Amino acid sequence: MRPVQAPPPAGDRRRRRLADQARAYGFLLGGLICFALFSWWPAIRAVVIAFQKYTPGSSPEWVGTANFTRVWHDPEFSAAWRNTLTFTLLALLVGFAVPFVMALVLNELRHAQAFFRVVVYLPVMIPPVVSALLWKWFYDPGAGLANETLRFLHLPTSNWSNGTDTALISLVIVATWANMGGTVLIYLAALQSIPGELYEAAELDGANLLQRIRHVTVPQTRFVILMLMLLQIIATMQVFTEPFVITGGGPESATVTVLYLIYKYAFLYNDFGGACALSVMLLVLLGVFSAVYLRLTRSAEGDA
Amino acid sequence: MSSTTRTLVSPAVLARPRGRAVYWSVFTGVVLLFAVAFLFPVYWMVTGAMKSPDEVTQTPPTLVPHHLHISAYTDAWDLMQLPEHLWNTVVQAAGAWFFQIVFCTGAAYALSRLKPAFGKVILGGILATLMVPAQALVVPKYLTVADLPLIHTSLLNDPLGIWLPAVANAFNLYLLKRFFDQLPRDVLEAAEIDGAGKLRILWSVVLPMSRPVLGVVSIFALVAVWQDFLWPLMVFSDTDKQPISVALVQLSQNIQLTVLIAAMVIASIPMVALFLVFQRHIIAGIGAGATKG
Repeated sequence: MRPVQAPPPAGDRRRRRLADQARAYGFLLGGLICFALFSWWPAIRAVVIAFQKYTPGSSPEWVGTANFTRVWHDPEFSAAWRNTLTFTLLALLVGFAVPFVMALVLNELRHAQAFFRVVVYLPVMIPPVVSALLWKWFYDPGAGLANETLRFLHLPTSNWSNGTDTALISLVIVATWANMGGTVLIYLAALQSIPGELYEAAELDGANLLQRIRHVTVPQTRFVILMLMLLQIIATMQVFTEPFVITGGGPESATVTVLYLIYKYAFLYNDFGGACALSVMLLVLLGVFSAVYLRLTRSAEGDA
Repeated sequence: MSSTTRTLVSPAVLARPRGRAVYWSVFTGVVLLFAVAFLFPVYWMVTGAMKSPDEVTQTPPTLVPHHLHISAYTDAWDLMQLPEHLWNTVVQAAGAWFFQIVFCTGAAYALSRLKPAFGKVILGGILATLMVPAQALVVPKYLTVADLPLIHTSLLNDPLGIWLPAVANAFNLYLLKRFFDQLPRDVLEAAEIDGAGKLRILWSVVLPMSRPVLGVVSIFALVAVWQDFLWPLMVFSDTDKQPISVALVQLSQNIQLTVLIAAMVIASIPMVALFLVFQRHIIAGIGAGATKG
């Protein structure tokens, strides 16, 4: 232990505070530069370039809202938004209901819990590109597993990802299969935090199984359900890998998504202004969902 | 996960013969469903690569390969230059992990303990990026990486193009900061009174106490790079430098089906192995993240 010192004179204190600040910023610097370069600056630039004619290597020109009108009149624009919203909605219906029921049933099982958890999470750990290529092979109209199974069951075969009507739902199945594990595990954790007395009390009041689900399980997990729904909306609105790998956006633009269209504008048409205009639109929409999500998590932390 | 907690169905009902019969039939049903839905596709992939090129396209398909050919696996390894692409992925993931641990830990420590001026504003700016979904910004991010402001250098076709953007991960930084916030104040103050510098405190007091959160952040960092597709697709136009995910898609067009499937299996092994080794931690981490918000 050092002897207690007399308080240093004012000049010394200021110098010391400056040195403390310098040290604090030394620790902060690396992270700060990376955030500035790869998060903040691109966000600003997206908005700026959306109003510019931009080709790498030459100086940009201001073009007003020309990028927005050009993108708007692209026939793939409405298809991309329609596909993305349909995809999100279908993924929400399937990707919400199936994992919830699955978690509900798993939570009642008294055996092999660890096995179920590992198995349901296994597809999440398979690289998304591999899942996509795997299902592309399953969907092969000839010897693909999907049609072989239908033939085995004497059911009519389908065009799966190669049919205009079935392509989008085929991709939803892939995305759900690949991502469901995380959702199931989170629901399971939420179900386990429900106090057992609530079920006992409900049972004493004569509530049957479905009534207990409706009046105990759902209200107790409502918050987690809502959070996961929002997170899933944000994630599925940015879907890219499945359509890019499995269908290439086809057949006839049936699976072109907004992010895919952004990619096409930038790397196929070399139209970075158009790509940024689309990014800004997606950003605004997703920003609304994210804001709701953060608002909810914040208020939940306040409650805890 | 204790089996004594009361759940939806009461233990009394389960103890009755009828309850037990229902329980075991549901249990069997779930086992079958999980086997068909999650294990069978993986089985189909692993064995598909062992079939001969004729057998794999045969209708109706064979459930078990007639002969086990491992030539598809060896062909994939050689023809698709898998060692090279796997190595690229390892380098990209390891570097991203390293830079995240160094820079995110440093920044989180500063924001949590060193009271930098404008710390609140900086933290707000970092948290705001959580609201801006990363994928929506890939194009301007690509343009930034292609021509860095001020120094006008390109990080395209360079692992730095993966490593440095990976640091801008608000989620991991926030996890670290929150953990540092909760460390006992007296331990850190004791170290300071003993005359330890800030770096010394971070290295020998804070980090050893933060092992659980460092583990979680490390796994997140490695998995994120290994699974990513769109960003490396943009950064690496040079085939020799592509990670396995990009290379698989690029090569999938003109390669024999069994060889492609074998390559898919090989590409999955590292992450699946990581998961099987750390499954308890990963599964517990996901559950804890959910209930604690």
